[in-house]
Amino acid sequence: MPEATPNTDGVQIDLISGARMDGLRSMEKIRLILDTVRDGNIVILEEGLSPDEESKLIEVTMNEISPDEFNGIEIETYPRSQTGDKSFLGRLMGKEETKKLTVIGPANQIETLHKDENLISALVSRR
Amino acid sequence: MGLLTELRDSISRVTDRLFSASEPKRIGIYGPPNAGKTTLANRIARDWTGDAVGPESHIPHETRRARRKENVTIERNGRTVTIDVVDTPGVTTKVDYNEFLEHDMEKDDAIRRSREATEGVAEAMHWLREDVDGVIYVLDSSTDPFTQVNTMLIGIIESQDLPVLILANKVDLEDSNIQRIANAFPQHETIPLSALEGDNMDEVYDKIAEYFG
Repeated sequence: MPEATPNTDGVQIDLISGARMDGLRSMEKIRLILDTVRDGNIVILEEGLSPDEESKLIEVTMNEISPDEFNGIEIETYPRSQTGDKSFLGRLMGKEETKKLTVIGPANQIETLHKDENLISALVSRR
Repeated sequence: MGLLTELRDSISRVTDRLFSASEPKRIGIYGPPNAGKTTLANRIARDWTGDAVGPESHIPHETRRARRKENVTIERNGRTVTIDVVDTPGVTTKVDYNEFLEHDMEKDDAIRRSREATEGVAEAMHWLREDVDGVIYVLDSSTDPFTQVNTMLIGIIESQDLPVLILANKVDLEDSNIQRIANAFPQHETIPLSALEGDNMDEVYDKIAEYFG
């Protein structure tokens, strides 16, 4: 993340573009997300993660949970569209449509208030 | 990953499944904590083998290791299907040991349980990517199915092209709402049941034979 002066009174939100994530391997994306979240910041991904990356994110998160230090993550995306890329070739190549804005934060600082296909409403608190 | 590598991996997954057709299929029972996965696994195992898979509890994360019951042979309409039932820990993105303190646990026990729970969830995710041939996804029909864990897990299962049977469990509860689950996952058939009471298990076994036979 770019250098910035941390403001202990506020909550830092990093909006990460799809272009920036495109240049990263799966584990680099997961590392970027978890390092940011473990610093107490909120990550908003413009284009989300693939299902395989989401699976690995859960697995790595579980391995990093530590009592009184890190309780895990809260993650929210819009429900996956039923009209996404379901073509045979798309599925054969694992090219499911994943461009879903995704919000990720520390489990003890972010609480989802409401979610539907078009709206995610979350409450973010300071540490 | 390169185009050719992806194509090779896709073909490899298909051929692996074809050539292992004679082996019992490993069917993972997945879902959020407290959906009744172990109760269902025990119901299936007891009905067809006489043995249970593991202890059941109302405390979240009672199952903290994937447990397998091998060679469960289910007979339906003159056909038999043999599966290995894999009961997995409830999947979540967060585990706080303080939640266990609310169940009259000492702090040390709660911390140990939370550690085991996180290891179990990581293990369950690994099984899902590598080691199951099909999924029974269990939901508590008295709770909201529109959760991120459910959305992500169904997406992960679909992306692996695994056959998935969605079960709306706990229909014996007053707040049960089967239609809410059907609406959440309209691309899949939803089968109602009560694993605890044994309600509608005939249809569940019909569908297991149909989906995984």
